[in-house]
Amino acid sequence: MNTSIKTIDTLRFTTAGSVDDGKSTLIGRLLYDSKSILEDQVAAIARTTEKRGQAGLDLSLLTDGLTAEREQGITIDVAYRYFATPTRRFIIADTPGHEQYTRNMVTGASTANVAIVLIDAARGIQPQSRRHAALAVLLDLPHVVVAVNKMDLVGYDEAVFTRMKTEFTAIGQELGVRNISFIPVSALAGDMVVARAVDGSANMPWYDGPTLLEFLENVPVEKQAESAFRFPVQLVSRVRFGASKENRGYLGRVESGHITVGAEIVVLPSGETARIAEIITLDGNSESASTLDSVTITLDRQLDISRGDMIADAAQPPRVTDTVRANVCWLGSESLNSGRRYLLKTGTRTVRAQIATVNSRYDVQTLTANPATTLNTNDIGELLIRTVQPIMIDPYSVNHATGGLILIDEVTHATVAAGTVLADV
Amino acid sequence: MKFADFTQARETGKYAAYKPPRAPLSKHLRWLESEAIHIMRETVAETKNPALLFSGGKDSIVMLRLAEKAFRPDKFPFPLVHIDTEHNFPEVIEFRDRRVKELDERLIVRSVGEAIRSGRIVLRRADESRNVHQTVTLLDTIKEFEFDALFGGARRDEEKARAKERIISHRDEWGQWDPKNQRPELWSLYNMRIHPGEHVRVFPISNWTELDVWQYIAHENLEVPSIYFSHEREIVERKGLLVPVTDLTPPKSGEIVVKKAVRFRTVGDITCTAPVASDAATVDEIVEETLIARLTERGATRLDDQTSDASMEMRKKEGYF
Ligand SMILES: Nc1nc2c(ncn2[C@@H]2O[C@H](COP(=O)(O)OP(=O)(O)O)[C@@H](O)[C@H]2O)c(=O)[nH]1
Repeated sequence: MNTSIKTIDTLRFTTAGSVDDGKSTLIGRLLYDSKSILEDQVAAIARTTEKRGQAGLDLSLLTDGLTAEREQGITIDVAYRYFATPTRRFIIADTPGHEQYTRNMVTGASTANVAIVLIDAARGIQPQSRRHAALAVLLDLPHVVVAVNKMDLVGYDEAVFTRMKTEFTAIGQELGVRNISFIPVSALAGDMVVARAVDGSANMPWYDGPTLLEFLENVPVEKQAESAFRFPVQLVSRVRFGASKENRGYLGRVESGHITVGAEIVVLPSGETARIAEIITLDGNSESASTLDSVTITLDRQLDISRGDMIADAAQPPRVTDTVRANVCWLGSESLNSGRRYLLKTGTRTVRAQIATVNSRYDVQTLTANPATTLNTNDIGELLIRTVQPIMIDPYSVNHATGGLILIDEVTHATVAAGTVLADV
Repeated sequence: MKFADFTQARETGKYAAYKPPRAPLSKHLRWLESEAIHIMRETVAETKNPALLFSGGKDSIVMLRLAEKAFRPDKFPFPLVHIDTEHNFPEVIEFRDRRVKELDERLIVRSVGEAIRSGRIVLRRADESRNVHQTVTLLDTIKEFEFDALFGGARRDEEKARAKERIISHRDEWGQWDPKNQRPELWSLYNMRIHPGEHVRVFPISNWTELDVWQYIAHENLEVPSIYFSHEREIVERKGLLVPVTDLTPPKSGEIVVKKAVRFRTVGDITCTAPVASDAATVDEIVEETLIARLTERGATRLDDQTSDASMEMRKKEGYF
């Protein structure tokens, strides 16, 4: 029985839409029609729907988690949902669409492979839809799928869908979206979400592309594996490993690339080189480790390595620098203050940092850069950051694991910014 | 060289013989396992005094295995903690103590009963559920040992409020969770910085589902308390749930006691944990049953969660796990 799901992989996607575009209903529909919702959950939302004096089953209630949200009737935080089909396992980061929640969208998108952008077919493309696509570009999501929702309200008219597709394709090109797909759906009725036809009637015979679920089941998951080997050291174990009495184990996760025993590595920031002696797991040693494997590594030479250092491919090392140019989304409730010091965390390394210059602030509709001196909550801009100690980074466009950083307020300990490293200074 | 050799190479090593699993892990479980190991190691690196909550339930059994994978052949860099309601299934406590002994780790037990007897907790009814009251003892224990991080086995698929909780969940000095003011959590860059008196709850298996947990238990060949398997038990039916008949939970007048083949899906306070009808006698059969399950875990088995849709969120704000 459990052999049927042996080889399935995981796809993480995020959903964004303006209020009332039908995002909650769409997710509810996806879960309900893929039989991922259980009886007691259905019973609970049936009770709530009835209490509100409505008829039927309001699928949007499935994803409304917190009391405050239920009162306001909107989603205010990132909620994670899980479902599986025979071919794939899905993690949804369900994020709110309002401008004031840009930071939540950024959070949800940071780990996603696909962004679903919702458009209300009856209302047309809203400024927020642009912003959602722009965020997907800033976070370098490989795929954006535009769900043109509420097709039932426009009589399932192909012309409406085609018009939206043309308009949004132009926006996508202008912003630089990597891959964009369009699917006409009705979250309320169910067309093209999981089923092609609802109650036996095919309302959109003119559409021959995949349903939303088919798309999600088949879209390739882009692999970090093609990037160079990066291993930020989490902990050092003093337990004796191997034949050598002195050997130490370096505990960490392969964040990108692939490594084999005997490979030449460089330890950063020191720059010393060595070879991989062993790759150890509790289930025995192995000859190699791949992206996202948590392992313990030993080296053929005794080096002084501690948490926050990085073991990397000697032939393709990351940049070691104390100056980083990055696109940053400001998450903090207080504005960026160039006079203050922040902590910068990337990989397993946390160092003191200061904002050298605010290069620009983006218009989040168009991604055009405007001059600025600070960033406020939910603003996205380009910064030049200086660090007290060197950090090891790659451009985010090349490596998401070593190209992402956060800033932490030294006093309040709040996470105040999320950044993606740009190519050079 | 295999892990077993390390154990011998260590002067003090006398851990349970670790039996490597039969086959390689499936792709998605491997991903989940590695993520959990990464989170545990980050927490140990970034906090001063963590602890791991171990109740003897299936999620915390998985947590112990993940801790082995993260830290062996070292000893765990944290103690295990059990907040004991004294409303236990004896099989679970027996299992808890045996497992701790096998692993040769340290277990701290603090009892809700102590706090009741000393008057720190006042009950409205002598036999009421003690799940809510665990909070007081838990916070007392955190204070006593000055823990700044607590590992818990909660999963986001369990319940709506949990679906929004971060992997690293910040608690103020009262142990309270502020759902509207959570730290954004980007990539795998966790921020565990806190002020004195505060702590973080860390949920390494946030992204696991109930099915993942059982598949992992099957794959790793992990022992679980016997009450997870189908057994004959005296029960009464109450509000659509099966209620076990015990000294603490006698039948109400007019209720008919019947014997039924049941198993528990969670093991908590005996007064508010309901079994489900089941013939699943092995872990593989439980996996199979979970694949076709029709009721979510908490809905089917926790008598006290049904009160209101918002009840879990209310308790979490107050520091409940
Ligand atoms: N006619 C129609 N109404 C829809 C559709 N999808 C959602 N709605 C309605 O649009 C409103 C907003 O939906 P909701 O899912 O709460 O939107 P959200 O704010 O984006 O989460 C609700 O009244 C839904 O019933 C659809 O496909 N067709």
